[in-house]
Amino acid sequence: MRPIGAKTRESAHREAEGPKPPRLSPARIGIYAFLIVSALFFLIPLYIMVVTSLKTMPEIRLGHLFNLPAELSFKPWTDAWLHACTGRDCFGLSPGFMNSVKITVPSVILSILIGSINGYALSFWRYKGANLLFGILLFGAFVPYQVVIYPLIIGFRIMGIYSTMTCIIIVHTIFGMPILTLLYRNFYAGLPIELFKAARVDGAGFWKTFFYVMVPMSVPITIVAIIIQVTGIWNDFLFGIIFSGRPNWPMTVQLNNIVNTTTGVREYNVNMAATILTAAVPLAIYFISGRWFVRGIAAGAVKG
Amino acid sequence: MARTRRRFNYSAVIGTVPMILVAVGVFVIGIAFTFFWSFTSSKLFPAYDFVGLKQYYRLWASDRWLVSVSNIWIYGLLTIGGNMVFGFLLAVFMDQNVRGEDLLRSVFLYPFAMSLIVTGLVWQWALDPNLGLQSAMHHWGWTSFHFAPLVDVNTAIYGLVVAGIWQGSGVSMAIMLAGLRGIDSEVMKAAKVDGIPPWRTYLFIALPMMRGALVTAFVLQCVNVVRVYDLIIAMTGGGPGISTNMPAVYVIDMITSSQNVGQGMAAATMMLVPIIVLLSIVGIVGWRRRLRAEADA
Repeated sequence: MRPIGAKTRESAHREAEGPKPPRLSPARIGIYAFLIVSALFFLIPLYIMVVTSLKTMPEIRLGHLFNLPAELSFKPWTDAWLHACTGRDCFGLSPGFMNSVKITVPSVILSILIGSINGYALSFWRYKGANLLFGILLFGAFVPYQVVIYPLIIGFRIMGIYSTMTCIIIVHTIFGMPILTLLYRNFYAGLPIELFKAARVDGAGFWKTFFYVMVPMSVPITIVAIIIQVTGIWNDFLFGIIFSGRPNWPMTVQLNNIVNTTTGVREYNVNMAATILTAAVPLAIYFISGRWFVRGIAAGAVKG
Repeated sequence: MARTRRRFNYSAVIGTVPMILVAVGVFVIGIAFTFFWSFTSSKLFPAYDFVGLKQYYRLWASDRWLVSVSNIWIYGLLTIGGNMVFGFLLAVFMDQNVRGEDLLRSVFLYPFAMSLIVTGLVWQWALDPNLGLQSAMHHWGWTSFHFAPLVDVNTAIYGLVVAGIWQGSGVSMAIMLAGLRGIDSEVMKAAKVDGIPPWRTYLFIALPMMRGALVTAFVLQCVNVVRVYDLIIAMTGGGPGISTNMPAVYVIDMITSSQNVGQGMAAATMMLVPIIVLLSIVGIVGWRRRLRAEADA
């Protein structure tokens, strides 16, 4: 800790000179030391992944985890994408990538459409019982998935769609609904009621008001919703392995099969390349959306 | 409340049919069926015979379940505690007007954007005794260095905690930083003028004022801990032996490979208990605070 006198003198000095970056005092060195050590803790796994994915297997076996690759090898990346074996098939991650796209795109669109209509109805058209339904939905946000998975399996079996693309899309829509409904409800609750009243006076009903007044206003919250849903659905493993069926397994499931396979030699470089490829889409969204991602977490924090 | 329209609008009801189906069909009827099947002898397919509490007796006599329950406590307390404390520290240090705040925030938060499967696999390698951290230390000349938690029955769970903190503390930081920035800057200035050391200001003035952010971060962590599944599958597969089993893994295993649905449903019902307790506490605290606020007004 600095003596009080030194501090006031320093700040007086700073004020006189206008804004200036804080000087390096022992306390500030401590602050930066803590933050840099923490940053290293967060970055080391990423560094290991990238470095290892560019090494050859003989080099990996030497065990120099932190060394840069002696000779760059991009073969692990092409292997991970095209040739790695997930169980019996050896087509790499590319089919899983396509499956993840086919699952994520419709799930995101459908869940956001439904979530926004729910939020709109709960803000402006609250019918009798609507609040109770919303309460149940919020409770659903806290229920561990494992509690309702089996009844869902049975339900989908009866409907004859278990283990299909339709099934996994419906599942993502169901479990995205609590958080999206909450998100849109809170957003619409903040809009001026006059907007809604004006539309009503003009004779617009439920749907007309929604599509012509609410949807155009919803861009900022929809960006947040897209970020939450794309990252959440892309990263899902449990629902994918249970509800999508083997031919439709998403990338995360195939990645786990490639890596945790019990047969053959473990190709760590291919595995790490595969891991980076699987993380690429959510990471890209994270880095591109930056501030929005943080807002999305804050908004979606209630669900997790 | 001014917005409430009690009139029954058919379009509104039709528009929210998916919500009605999910709220009633999945969360009410689904949970009711789970509860119901926990009292039956369901094996691969659901049965409708009533066997009383037999599944629960069997559950609590099962070593695997007992290990799972003790694991979720160890993992939960350490991960939640670690994420709250580390997250708070990161938030406070980030609040010191540091350079490169945006960059640092990105670094602390990026693990949260990745799948728990990815996180689990990465840490599995980093902690591999022959290829990971331990062997790297040996090559650097520190040959007595021993750090391979995942291969030991007694320490594997702590390896999971490391990954849990790596993945989750950034979110805590983001939420708490938002809470910290939400505090009126006059309060912090006043404390500074009074000569209160910063650590006391943060601990005794700021911390109680960011109660909302703390509760949000805490509840988020709790929900994630109860459902933790992917991380276990990717990192240890529940092993070595049964040492890193968790309730979520137990339930899924019972309804898929073990084909013992009655047992799985009993375990699932038990998983619901801590969430209901947690929600009740949060609800009661909120209700009492409202009462007190009304009494003061």
